[in-house]
Amino acid sequence: MSQVVIQKSETEAPKQKKGIKNYLSKFGPLIGLVILTTILTFLSDKFLTMNNLMNIARQSSINALLGIGMLLPILTAGIDLSVGSILAVSIMIMGIVSVNMGMSPILGIIVCLAVGAGFGLLNGLLLTKLRLPHPFISTLGTMNIARGIALIVTAAAPIAGFPYLIQFLGREFAGPIPVSFILVIAVYIIFHIFLTRTQTGRYIYAIGGNKEAARLSGINVDRVLAIVYTISGLMAGLAGLVMVGRVNSAFPLAGLSYELDAIAAVIIGGASFFGGVGTVWGTLIGAMIIAVLRNGLNLLNVSSDFQMTVIGAVIIAAVYIDVLRQRKSKKG
Amino acid sequence: MFKHAGSLLEMKGITKSFGENHVLKGIDLEVRAGEIHVLLGENGAGKSTLIKILTGAYQMDAGEIFWEGQRVELNTPVDAMQLGIATIYQELNVIPELKVYENIFLGRELKRSGKMSLLNHNAMKEEAQRCLEMLGQSPALADQQLGKLGVGQQQLVEIAKALTLDAKLIIMDEPTSSLSTKEVEQLYSCVEQLREKGIAIVFISHRLEEIRRLGDRITILRDGFKIDTLPVKTTETDYWIELMVGRSLEEKFPKQSFILGDEGFRVEDLKVDRASEPVSFSARYGEIVGISGLVGAGRTELARAIFGADSNGGGKIFIDNQEVKITSPCDAIKSGIAFITEDRKSEGLLLDQPLDFNIAMANMKKFKSKSKLIDLNAIRVTAKEYIKELKVRPGNIDLNARNLSGGNQQKVVIAKWLCTKAKVFIFDEPTRGIDVGAKVEVYRLMNQLVESGAIVLMISSDLPEILGMCDRVLVMSEGKITADMGIEEASQERIMKAATGG
Repeated sequence: MSQVVIQKSETEAPKQKKGIKNYLSKFGPLIGLVILTTILTFLSDKFLTMNNLMNIARQSSINALLGIGMLLPILTAGIDLSVGSILAVSIMIMGIVSVNMGMSPILGIIVCLAVGAGFGLLNGLLLTKLRLPHPFISTLGTMNIARGIALIVTAAAPIAGFPYLIQFLGREFAGPIPVSFILVIAVYIIFHIFLTRTQTGRYIYAIGGNKEAARLSGINVDRVLAIVYTISGLMAGLAGLVMVGRVNSAFPLAGLSYELDAIAAVIIGGASFFGGVGTVWGTLIGAMIIAVLRNGLNLLNVSSDFQMTVIGAVIIAAVYIDVLRQRKSKKG
Repeated sequence: MFKHAGSLLEMKGITKSFGENHVLKGIDLEVRAGEIHVLLGENGAGKSTLIKILTGAYQMDAGEIFWEGQRVELNTPVDAMQLGIATIYQELNVIPELKVYENIFLGRELKRSGKMSLLNHNAMKEEAQRCLEMLGQSPALADQQLGKLGVGQQQLVEIAKALTLDAKLIIMDEPTSSLSTKEVEQLYSCVEQLREKGIAIVFISHRLEEIRRLGDRITILRDGFKIDTLPVKTTETDYWIELMVGRSLEEKFPKQSFILGDEGFRVEDLKVDRASEPVSFSARYGEIVGISGLVGAGRTELARAIFGADSNGGGKIFIDNQEVKITSPCDAIKSGIAFITEDRKSEGLLLDQPLDFNIAMANMKKFKSKSKLIDLNAIRVTAKEYIKELKVRPGNIDLNARNLSGGNQQKVVIAKWLCTKAKVFIFDEPTRGIDVGAKVEVYRLMNQLVESGAIVLMISSDLPEILGMCDRVLVMSEGKITADMGIEEASQERIMKAATGG
């Protein structure tokens, strides 16, 4: 009864909640991006040029792809620490297939995505079949396994000289627009439809909101979780493909600690670490904020050490906004 | 003990609003030392908000509070605690891994003198033992690990904690709602002992028999107003209900009987787990079958086994004389079984998702359009229909489930299962913790279900409810069905006899 009436007191509160604060929490990340862009426009005359904006779009694409993959585990109140390592192992094996063995680039691309998805599926199965207590643990294990394999397969040597078709996504431009950014937008639209309009997509939110209620509502929780981690791994493979195009080589330490930037993008984008709350567009803005910050600080000749400090502060500020929002919605 | 001939606590003209929502509209409450003062009101009448103000969790907008005749300010929970106001919440704030006395002194541990500030376990244990004895409990309890005790005893530990704080007023928010019959008796005797020691109790309850048995005075709230304060002994229960709901409730149990159809549901030799006794029973279309028994008799476990929520130890389930294989809730739903769990918060709802999503959750397939995508508009339309039909208030499907009161949350859970078009509905304690008005609505809904040809199985610990609403009663004891009787042969005595294994 006690809780019951606390809630009752909130019952009519929504009227009042739909104030400025509600909009702030809903559009907070976007407002943050706009403010950041405005400030940087004033501070550097090079910032708001077509060239630089396209540069940002290109720079953000790898993190945007990892971030959209990461959104799914986080929506289920989980995490995927292995995406940086999966990226590395995917491109190393692609390099072996398409460069060292000289097989078709199409096959290389398929292998790259399949290796990514395969490691993702492994994450999912470790979680649902072995019943490891938390994805933090299963993906921490996979993170090390995948990185180890990436190093082993070529005895830590990098692979260069990829065929054009493999480099296409990361290297080419359509007019002034980088193909990788077009890819990002396409992927985000697909994810938006997936998460809002498909059964599995809705189940992801249900599981993050209340796993037991979801299970008792007939949702096959294990199956959905396996799909979630598989997709996250697949996105790591895709991000790897873009990366190879940009640098025209694959090296075993590629993507080191990229999972942290991906997590940061999701969280800055307003997703809740407790699951069930978060959107595709928030994540895109989160990835943009990180890219704009990096780019702006570079233009202002700020050292990379100091950049890390700033990005750390932004993560904390973004999550603090999330905490405030949680507090508002839980209290009367 | 009765030093204060006047009142211990007086609250005058308390008002409280949350934005546009005026929850308390000038409430007066007077509590005397050594009385059990019951607060009665529907969900949302303002009871808990009033209590929160009294415990310093909320600040009132206007009004005055007097304690032992002195005007006091209650700005924080610590202020209330220092005056001697303690609260026993429905959800206990305990740490199961710690011992009883450690829980009692959590956050204010007694220390030895000296620079090291080592804990004085003996002093804490002795004080805990003293307070447990005051409640008629064995002092040995102090040394046990709290998590190993039943809910009832854990609650007594919380009361003992209040005593170590020298509480003069103890607020109990539906303390018996999750206790077994035996535990309830134990709690009643504790509460009575506290009253004799001059401690005032503010008791929130929906159980009218309990109020009649324990209460000295009763204050009835409705829509944020205090309606009246009455002596319990000289007033009628029906009058309380009338004051509480603002109209007279014609019937507490609006039972309608329908012509029974074929046997639609049968369980044969179902074992909850390998070691348990096999259970068999059946039910006919149009029938409400009550499953009675004491807490811990294995009723919920049986329901969960039928529904595939837990793996079972073998047995067969038939729907329309066809055997169905159920190894997961998913299978059960496909076979046409719905399970409305007792704990709606942790097992029924997505608290931070809107009502339409909650309602559609168990039957997403139904909302797929030809393109395999979910038709969001169809979900909204369907959700609106159910919200209207079940009178969920507030009826805004965009609200998150968290923002609804308990009774309305329960209706949302029921809507979710209606949406699956199941044939067999298993309700586990469907009316626990919801008010009289909402209860009647749940009963009416069961009537509608059986009228439309469904089967309802209702697990309930509330005997009047079982006798008032069911066509047939199964009684369970220690995992077995010990009685199966038609409602005309059922009585409280016969059910209790079967429930205690007699």
